[in-house]
Amino acid sequence: MNELLDILKDLKPGVDFENEKNLIDDRILDSLDVMNLTVELNDEFDIEITPLDILPENFQSIETIYQLITRLQEDN
Amino acid sequence: MKNILEFLEQSSQKYFTKIAFSDDKNEITYGQCVENAQRIGTNLSSLQIRRQPIAVMMDKNVESLTAFFGVVYSGNFYVVIDIHMPDDRIQSIFETLHPIALITEKQYEHKAQNLHPQVFIYENMIPTEINHQKLNEIRNQMIDTDPLYALFTSGSTGVPKGAVVSHRNVMNYASWFKETFDIHEDTQFGSQTPFYFSMSVSDVFSTIMAGASLHILPKKLFSFPVKLIEYMNEKQVNTIYWVPSALGIIANMKVLDYIKLNDVQKVLFAGEVMPTKHLNYWKKHLPHALYANLFGPTETTDICTYYIVDREFEDDEVLPIGKACQNCDVFLLDEKNQEVIDDREGELCVRGSFLALGYYNNPEKTQEVFVQNPLNQAYPEIIYRTGDLVKYNERGELIYITRKDFQIKHMGYRIELGEIEAAVYALSKIQSCAVIYDEKEDKIILIYSGKITDQEIMEGISHKLPQYMYPNKMIQLKVMPLNQNGKIDRKWLKNHYHEEEK
Repeated sequence: MNELLDILKDLKPGVDFENEKNLIDDRILDSLDVMNLTVELNDEFDIEITPLDILPENFQSIETIYQLITRLQEDN
Repeated sequence: MKNILEFLEQSSQKYFTKIAFSDDKNEITYGQCVENAQRIGTNLSSLQIRRQPIAVMMDKNVESLTAFFGVVYSGNFYVVIDIHMPDDRIQSIFETLHPIALITEKQYEHKAQNLHPQVFIYENMIPTEINHQKLNEIRNQMIDTDPLYALFTSGSTGVPKGAVVSHRNVMNYASWFKETFDIHEDTQFGSQTPFYFSMSVSDVFSTIMAGASLHILPKKLFSFPVKLIEYMNEKQVNTIYWVPSALGIIANMKVLDYIKLNDVQKVLFAGEVMPTKHLNYWKKHLPHALYANLFGPTETTDICTYYIVDREFEDDEVLPIGKACQNCDVFLLDEKNQEVIDDREGELCVRGSFLALGYYNNPEKTQEVFVQNPLNQAYPEIIYRTGDLVKYNERGELIYITRKDFQIKHMGYRIELGEIEAAVYALSKIQSCAVIYDEKEDKIILIYSGKITDQEIMEGISHKLPQYMYPNKMIQLKVMPLNQNGKIDRKWLKNHYHEEEK
């Protein structure tokens, strides 16, 4: 979780990622951010996020992103 | 026919209850669209002014389309302003344009009032009672060479220029588009490009001519492509006309490996060079669709040449831009203003009724590029000099080379940056790339995304490019930045690169 937090803070400094629950709906993360993040997460966590998982609900908060990573790691 | 509204009214008579336009919140029938546009037109006619610009600053939705037609009913022409554009830039457009009014939605009232003294709110205009007599009077005085809209593009000097396009331009152009790509009453467009971008003119006006339907695709869905495909399937979209970068998102993420795009039969693209690799991905998944590469500037309404893909292309081959559209003529001029008829390169020049009227309130810029045909001394004939270098291939098809001002001299060699891009794109691990030139340092900079190392790139292109075309610097990005139109944002890349260098 801490590693993820660091990645997010690097991506968008100044955002309260611990408490934000609507990163997509509130447009805190835009389309470019989501794509950047996807590439980064694939590299850092050695997973493959497919288009089927690139859904708004998976990127709304740090928790949902973490759940996505954990699920994909377990699938591996 | 002399007025674009006649097409809208004709379709409304034939398809009164059919959906003309939809977005993710609303949809509007042809009947409702005409009615609401007439209400807006009646309301605006209180201004008692004709043939003047009225700015429309709204989201990309069915209401904004209705407002455009409303402006035309009032005898004036519309200018689309991007709601997300910084106020400074809007002001700079207004300094050239002097719009007589600004139309917006309730939610942007505050922003609008800071920009213009005469603001009209869409929601407040809709209850207006239609004054048919007044609208008829206005229509009777309109002619087909009157402006329909002005479209602002960023000039190389940073001062925005507004190309003024007439009813006649759009009627001629959109008729070609409709005939060539067989746009008919069952066409369901999936619209990607913003209304302040000339490509949208093709979708919108061929739709009303054919009595088709146009579905505005929500921009945010392009970040969640599976949702985008689901949305398109739900709307039964069968025709798309997108920028290549938008098609590239689907190809790079291999979206069609995971979900089927059910109804699309026509895939048209323009606005930037289409990487052949991305085209081949689409062809693999939609083998029976029609693919066409369209080419042209805002100054020729949207397009002047086109190529319908009729053969296979390798990933490193370049797609032609084809031949001139029907009722449009193109030719090449060399540096001495002589016509090029062999395989040498020359500047693409256009003549015919797709040509815009000129730049609004900017005679200097207009005279630079809308010029007397140097091949004709006998009578006045204006051509448009595109500033694009092209040449004919051995099949007699036009090939795009580069912008005249993009051609660089590096170590004494003349180089087309696009050629380097094509070689890099052909590498299988490359997702996206752009080559920029640092004049000060005389350096070629390659910016790319994809899981590939600099060494692999150099090795890959060494078979294709001479050494003097090798990039001097390579920058890897996770994802390429795209501008508001969805194209690779070269301006951002260049500015960002220069800032990094400092």
